[in-house]
Amino acid sequence: MSPYLAEQESKSIFIIREAYARVRKLAMLWSIGKDSTAMLWLVRKAFLGRVPFPLVLLDTGMEMDEVYAFRDRLVRDWQLPIINHLCPPLDQIDAKLPPATRSAMRKTEGLKTLLAQESYQGILCGIRRDEQGLRAKERVFSPRRSDGSWDYKDQPAELWDIYSTAYPDKGHVRVHPLLHWTELDIWEYTKAEKIPVCDLYFARGGQRYRSLGEKNITFPVNSDAQDIDAVIAELKQTRVAERAGRSMDQETEDSFEQLRTQGYM
Amino acid sequence: MRSLRDTSPLHMVIVGHVDHGKSTLIGRLLHDSGSLADGKKEEIEKICHARGVPFEWSYLLDAFQAERNQAVTIDATHLHFHSAKRRYVIIDAPGHREFLKNMMSGAGHADMALLVIDGAEGLQEQTRRHMVMLSFLGIKNVMVIINKMDRIDYSPAIFHDLSKQVNDMIVTRGLVPLGVIPAVAHAGDMLVHRGNNMDWYMGQTLIEALDQVPVQKSNDKHPARFVVQDIYRMGGVRYLAGRAEGQPIKIGDQLIFQPGGETSCVQEIKVWPDQNILTSAQNGQSVTIALEDRIFVERGYVGAPVQDAPPLRDHVRLSLLWLSDKPLRVGQTYLFRTGLSETPATVQAIERVIDTQTGQDQLDQVELVKNTAGQVVFTLRDPLPLDPFTGHVRLGRAVIEDNGDVVAAGLINLDGLLPVSQGTKNTSPHIYRVSHPVTHDMRFKKSGYRGSVFWLTGLSGAGKSTLAMAVERILFEKNYPVYVLDGDNVRHGLNADLGFSAVDRTENIRRVGEVAGLMADAGLIVVSAFISPFQADRDRARTAAQGRFHEIYIKADIGTCESRDPKGLYKKARAGNIADFTGIDSPYDIPLYPELTIDTQTQDIDTCVRQIFTYIEQHASAFPAPGYEKDL
Repeated sequence: MSPYLAEQESKSIFIIREAYARVRKLAMLWSIGKDSTAMLWLVRKAFLGRVPFPLVLLDTGMEMDEVYAFRDRLVRDWQLPIINHLCPPLDQIDAKLPPATRSAMRKTEGLKTLLAQESYQGILCGIRRDEQGLRAKERVFSPRRSDGSWDYKDQPAELWDIYSTAYPDKGHVRVHPLLHWTELDIWEYTKAEKIPVCDLYFARGGQRYRSLGEKNITFPVNSDAQDIDAVIAELKQTRVAERAGRSMDQETEDSFEQLRTQGYM
Repeated sequence: MRSLRDTSPLHMVIVGHVDHGKSTLIGRLLHDSGSLADGKKEEIEKICHARGVPFEWSYLLDAFQAERNQAVTIDATHLHFHSAKRRYVIIDAPGHREFLKNMMSGAGHADMALLVIDGAEGLQEQTRRHMVMLSFLGIKNVMVIINKMDRIDYSPAIFHDLSKQVNDMIVTRGLVPLGVIPAVAHAGDMLVHRGNNMDWYMGQTLIEALDQVPVQKSNDKHPARFVVQDIYRMGGVRYLAGRAEGQPIKIGDQLIFQPGGETSCVQEIKVWPDQNILTSAQNGQSVTIALEDRIFVERGYVGAPVQDAPPLRDHVRLSLLWLSDKPLRVGQTYLFRTGLSETPATVQAIERVIDTQTGQDQLDQVELVKNTAGQVVFTLRDPLPLDPFTGHVRLGRAVIEDNGDVVAAGLINLDGLLPVSQGTKNTSPHIYRVSHPVTHDMRFKKSGYRGSVFWLTGLSGAGKSTLAMAVERILFEKNYPVYVLDGDNVRHGLNADLGFSAVDRTENIRRVGEVAGLMADAGLIVVSAFISPFQADRDRARTAAQGRFHEIYIKADIGTCESRDPKGLYKKARAGNIADFTGIDSPYDIPLYPELTIDTQTQDIDTCVRQIFTYIEQHASAFPAPGYEKDL
């Protein structure tokens, strides 16, 4: 592993351990994508191979078949403490929202019902700053109000790595151990550590998924990258945005902003 | 390409007055260096078109609709880009004065700052303010862009004049100027390409200059530190999770762990997967270590080579920026946090108040108001091992919290402050302390129990005596040398001469505090159950116990206590038969920073007893049951 990746890794382990030391009831969101699987690997590194809090899949029933198969394999092989949490059906979500945003909102609502049931005080979430402009403005420890919403206009000061884990009454704190990683970092780390990833990331018939979401709102990109080395080589050249295949980001100027401020990941 | 990705990116914060073109410069730099995703420019064109405004580069960074609507950056953004030579992380911080905290959150990590100045407007309020801020965050290197040269007809004379002004300002603030570059950000002149309008300028373009700035290397030459983050237990072994700072920590190194002061050698450095065997932990590396001996260590402890350990400090000076609406004043108490340790800290002196705009001392000021800078000395309740910022960069940074909010960030400066010296509590000049040949530490090593005071405080009826007696029973069964000092019992003997006036109450607690301290020094586990309504009295008891004091707040509101009324005292007080009754006609100071809070209102007795017992076991026994460490 390069000294740079080792540095990224140590920063993430520090954040994960900080969450575990300071937040009483913790869970981690696992979307089964490359980022949260890398985060899961870092959690295992932080705790000497163990996963001392539940992994939550916010399940809409709409993930691709390969994603579910990959989940089942890893849960079995790594003996993961998983909670498969079902999200509310689409007809319970605000019908005025644009279609893809509305679909994505199911996860936000699913997270809310989970928080209400389990009263978690901290949620680890594998977002990165380079994915999207709004995520670039996140804190590592980001408080959420009781309805799950993000008050981006008044975020607390976060200095260096002296993290505050405070959150409003009945709210929780989102913890973002991968905020400082880039897409390419994740792939190089995945390669260096031989972390398994879902096959959908690799090209078949001239297309691959660059970002995995639900079937109805996620689309593959043109690519010939059939293995991890080819993916890394492609990313060093590409000028296509990572989330170009995610419809909910593009429906309106502020569709992703609406999702995020209301509690989306 | 390979080498480009192997080294750390340069972190650069962009600062400058609002509207001087920071966001435009970043957008253009990303575009011209080929770092923008396809379609990004078109997306912004679409947004601008829909809004009926000309093309606006800053929309790239101002991701919130509110930011675009108001044309201001609300929160800091981090962006990755690369030149042909190296990678960068750009931190775009908002320029508005009221957004100082967001800017600081963004700027903290930066290796350098890029200051953007509008050539037509010159040095403005925030230009100056940001320079003071950088010096207080410890960011030394500053490169300058004189932007909007087109608005001053590309005039070399104005450029040279401004360059001189800004260089003077940078040097005056104790910062290091890295050069001044004329540019037109919206056209891209002198960023990546030279453009055709400033042939008179012979210096480097921005990207050429940036490529030569070194990434700030952190302290890997300073003495080793191991900062304990947590304690895990696996396969019967206790592992200290933590981060190495400074020189490497190696297997076999003997470390002293402060503030406890016990020493042991590093037996193992463990990481997962097991095949990654480590013999040393490098600067900045998060690892777990096992020690040869079972010494007392907890989160926040700092391991260091015995001959090079940071001495314990009960005074610290911070050069800080104050962010709270409530001014900082002498005598106020906040939470001081550095590394992974924290302790309540009281403002002892405000040595300097600095106007962040002019950088000048404000001699007539006795408080720090929002967005000013200052130099403040704090008295720490619990002594901590501290390193100055000039020694260990990461360990020399601190924040101040008030009620859970970060209200200041600062750098530790220990110049002229003496470390804690042992056993010099002053009394009459004719009384000389005789040093015990048997020390507290020797007693601990022999018995396996650390004499300590566990001070239960709370309203009458909160459950102090009930809990103290129940905990004593359990500890006794487990062979702990334990004794309960109870309010009512002590008033029958030691304090039989005292009543309930404020003066007598203070004296009551003073005597009990001294007795408890002596008993703890003799090796006993003392659990005390006194209302002890005044924080000042409890603080005095803490001092008497010489660092072996644990304030435990037994929490229940007055309504709950009154409904319990086990001794019928509330009824009597309400009837006017007892004067100065705490909670009715005499105040109770809720503990500001108790070591432990036990909520007897919502929890049953067994839960409360278990919580107190576990806490005492963790802090007073050399061999606490598993559970003290987190079982992985």
